[in-house]
Amino acid sequence: MNNEPLHRFPDGRSEAEQPKWRQDFPIDVEADEYGARRDFTKFMVLTSFAFAFGQFWIVLQSLFRVKKTEEKQIAMVDDMKVGQAKTFHYPTDRDPCLLIRQTAETFVAYSNQCTHLMCPVRPDVKNDRLHCPCHEGYFEASTGRPLAGPPRRPLPKIQLRIADGIVYATAVELRTS
Amino acid sequence: MPVPENKFFFIDPNRCIGCQACVQACSECDTHKGHSMIHLEYVDRYESPQTLPVVCMHCDSPTCAEVCPADAIKRTEDGVVQSARKPRCIACSNCVLACPFGVPKMETSMELMMKCDMCYDRTSEGKKPMCATVCPSGALHFGTMDEIEELRPQSRPVNEFHFGAQTIHTKVRMMVPKNSRLTHLDVVDGMHGSDEPDEPDMMMDGVLFELPIVS
Repeated sequence: MNNEPLHRFPDGRSEAEQPKWRQDFPIDVEADEYGARRDFTKFMVLTSFAFAFGQFWIVLQSLFRVKKTEEKQIAMVDDMKVGQAKTFHYPTDRDPCLLIRQTAETFVAYSNQCTHLMCPVRPDVKNDRLHCPCHEGYFEASTGRPLAGPPRRPLPKIQLRIADGIVYATAVELRTS
Repeated sequence: MPVPENKFFFIDPNRCIGCQACVQACSECDTHKGHSMIHLEYVDRYESPQTLPVVCMHCDSPTCAEVCPADAIKRTEDGVVQSARKPRCIACSNCVLACPFGVPKMETSMELMMKCDMCYDRTSEGKKPMCATVCPSGALHFGTMDEIEELRPQSRPVNEFHFGAQTIHTKVRMMVPKNSRLTHLDVVDGMHGSDEPDEPDMMMDGVLFELPIVS
């Protein structure tokens, strides 16, 4: 390893003592930062490969990722009146959801997080909509689609199964439009 | 492989016979085909047939590199100042104007500055520069200090030059008569003219009028 300084200045002083222009424009080959075309091409090719591989990796991940959601009991039919809403967590404890009893027979459930900036939405069953108070976003209660405000994507829908007076959540349906 | 540390380039104007062999040899070199990087200057054409081969002096503080706005002129580890890097040179001629020895040449057809690089392809392999191999009178010599002392007992090598307040040491050595006093040209003084009568200049006299002796 060569420990000699890269710069050899005519007055023999150290690099720090030299004027700025001498530090910025070294005259020695070793001190010069010379980017060869070959190096640049190499960098470009490798970076492109990295990006391409990243894309494939994401595709593979999403193809083979096992999404297993277990059925979960979330409410009793008798506990909820028509027009009443109830919060629950599905599929994990970190995913807040909202269950609404629209009519005697109809239950709907959505993720509680606004698709704009994840604020919790509040049920407004009288007007058949869900309201996000953060930026005045509105979703249709019967479908979960955005009605007004910043959100552009519908709320993830929780699929339900009702059996023997018990409401079960069975799956999360992610939708893009 | 760097240029051998014990080998130096010596210019002995006293021995130059103006044969242009060095110019021809330089222009035949592969790295700068057809363009000679060495100049053969007449010192004072009206008064004397004295000629002077001019190669790059390879300064310790290369003014050409310091004034280059494109960062194109670089010096290798062995102190050889290289020709402008082709992708960087913007043909602004700053180096041509700045060099006190008048060495760099602008090739306007190529928009590229070219200068003597002491035949880096040859000297870094331990060979002599082209001009030094062909010089018939020994005005150009590439070798060790001991060699030159034996070849030129009447001369001594000088590598310190003064330009105004600036002192520059060069890798290339200029041979001057052994006992002469060194005189330094003050360019500014020369431009404005001096009222004082010229002192007799031993060194210049020796260089100008001592006929080259080919041994």
